[in-house]
Amino acid sequence: MDFTIILQAGIASGTVLLFATIGELFSERAGVLNLGVEGMMLIGAMSAFSTTIATGNPWLGVIVAMLFAGIISQIHAFIVITLQGDQVVSGLSLTFLGAGISLVLGDGLSKAGTVALLPNFSMPLLNLIPILGKIFFTDQSVLVYIGYLLVPLAWYYINRTRPGLHLRAVGEYPSAADALGINVFRMRYFYVFVGGMLAGLAGATISLAVSPGWFSELTTGGQGWIAIGLVIFAQWDPVRAAVGSYAFGALRRLILDIQGPTMLLGFANPFYYNPYLGFFLQMLPYLFTVVVLVIGSREAMRKRIGAPAALGNPYIRGERGK
Amino acid sequence: MAESKSITQRKPLRIRVEPRLSEPPAWYPAAISFGALIIALILGGVLISLAGGDPILSYKHIAKASFGDIGVLSDTIVKATPIILAALACSVAFRMKLWNIGAEGQFIMGAFGASVIVLAPVLPAETSRWIFIPVMMMAGMAAGALWGFIPGYLKAKFNVNEIISTLMLNYVAVAWMNFWIFGVWTEGGFQMSPKFPQTAWLPRLLEYAKSIPAFRGLTTHLGLVIGIVAAVILWFIIFRSRWGYEIRLIGDNPQAAKYAGINITQNVIWVMMLSGALAGLGGMSEVTGVVHRLQTAPIAAGYGFTGIIVAWLAKLNPIVIIFVSILFGALILAGREIQPSGVPKMIQGIILVCLIASDFLLRYRIVISRGEE
Repeated sequence: MDFTIILQAGIASGTVLLFATIGELFSERAGVLNLGVEGMMLIGAMSAFSTTIATGNPWLGVIVAMLFAGIISQIHAFIVITLQGDQVVSGLSLTFLGAGISLVLGDGLSKAGTVALLPNFSMPLLNLIPILGKIFFTDQSVLVYIGYLLVPLAWYYINRTRPGLHLRAVGEYPSAADALGINVFRMRYFYVFVGGMLAGLAGATISLAVSPGWFSELTTGGQGWIAIGLVIFAQWDPVRAAVGSYAFGALRRLILDIQGPTMLLGFANPFYYNPYLGFFLQMLPYLFTVVVLVIGSREAMRKRIGAPAALGNPYIRGERGK
Repeated sequence: MAESKSITQRKPLRIRVEPRLSEPPAWYPAAISFGALIIALILGGVLISLAGGDPILSYKHIAKASFGDIGVLSDTIVKATPIILAALACSVAFRMKLWNIGAEGQFIMGAFGASVIVLAPVLPAETSRWIFIPVMMMAGMAAGALWGFIPGYLKAKFNVNEIISTLMLNYVAVAWMNFWIFGVWTEGGFQMSPKFPQTAWLPRLLEYAKSIPAFRGLTTHLGLVIGIVAAVILWFIIFRSRWGYEIRLIGDNPQAAKYAGINITQNVIWVMMLSGALAGLGGMSEVTGVVHRLQTAPIAAGYGFTGIIVAWLAKLNPIVIIFVSILFGALILAGREIQPSGVPKMIQGIILVCLIASDFLLRYRIVISRGEE
């Protein structure tokens, strides 16, 4: 096993988590918890794949995926922002709805065969860096590079720009933001839409780049939920989100690859000779998410940093409190 | 001239939304839920026709294939049985605003726990059924409760978000069950365990067809009785016991509960275990009443997730859950034959969206008036 190859593939599969995590991060920074990531990713994966089949243009697939998932996210936005419904239940219902719609519209897509995929390329010069160049800049999908750009951009936007300041104000102290003339409702709708689009992009990344195709609900396999866990681990910071996403991507790859070779570190590979032990490997990403949550929650308690103060609460004009 | 002017000057209709100051009448929430259900079915119909299907035919098919005669009605009830227990599991946790999304995993662990009794084997195959059943019930509940304990403990000790942890444990439970089915208990390499001996089956109505001919072919099993008894007991716990009062108070107003000296940490763990035990009982009932072997597809069929919707639709009331479960049992039963296959899931999603949106009408009223304020 060549670990640089595993890490290289891990970065690609971590890009899926990265988009979904950053998207959810924007939504939560504005004070809206959206548990519908899994559903929006399924919508994105399905619509990207089917658009690409129909038109032969994967970029059109990406755009349709982002728009469709963004529109679906507005159902959640309407329920929790305008109707002040419970964010947990509404987000869950969005996951059901997204899964249902993508299963209905994606019916038969799994037999569609191969489509035009997004291009892979190596970044000139940067790919010559020893080891790191191989892992990060050699034969990666264009979406992976977009992911590299997204992380610093998101960080800079949230922490160093005026709209980013408004975003944080809306999530921390909406009534103060409102008093300053920021339209809390419009901002929240907007960032839920951003979250939806990025979840859609995450879905498109799966079906057009990382593991091409449409495999009904198995396409995402719970990655939307892992992304929500990663936001907590990341403590709502894009850079930490990137670290978590890539680490999880690498773990997913490692689990797939570890079952292949007959020898492992000089010993007979138990996962090769007893394939059913692979089920324990399959548990690892999910168990790791729980472990990561424990770490994130403990650290947050110790450092007294936490979720955006208004996360999960509807903003009602004229009511006292946050 | 003057007259026409007065017409153009008539004030437009104004729609205002104002908070409800008094409790709406008792029938009102039920009527709103029912209205939301109807709207959801209409929206579902629109989507079905957009996807190229015939909505009226689909719904007719659902009604006929689930309530058409006594035989299919019995099948509907068989489908409703695991949903009742899963929804009860969700309702007790939701009552405390504890978002247990892990009924699916707890259900699977319950089925696994019950299977251990037969397959390990803990009890020999010739054991009397009336020893088998209570032992399997205990094992199923214990396994489910353990699966509920883990996120409950993590929530109480480390403030770990229970939504994510319960959900992650669902995937772990599926992998765990698969390991045992494929690696240990496989029947001739197939993806299932050997069939349980008949002594480990829950009794079904068709067994009594000799004395009561009307029961011929009916597969309704003892699990229904278990579900109904569990619902009644849960109703008493929630609405008539001190513990239930604590659970409701924590859910409605955690601050007040804290000041009243209620131990929230301990309640989080106990309620998660009760929730897990109920879902585990559902898994036990499904594996011993219907499937009669441990097998992935029919056990991990999403009953835990449907339970979430049912619990919400029933406004967390254990008795109402029984009836709503039958409705959803019908949807799932009939949905198996509907194409495309995602339709039942989509309709469930639309129902949940409409329900949560309709809650707005419980908190606000819409006033339509002419003229200013």
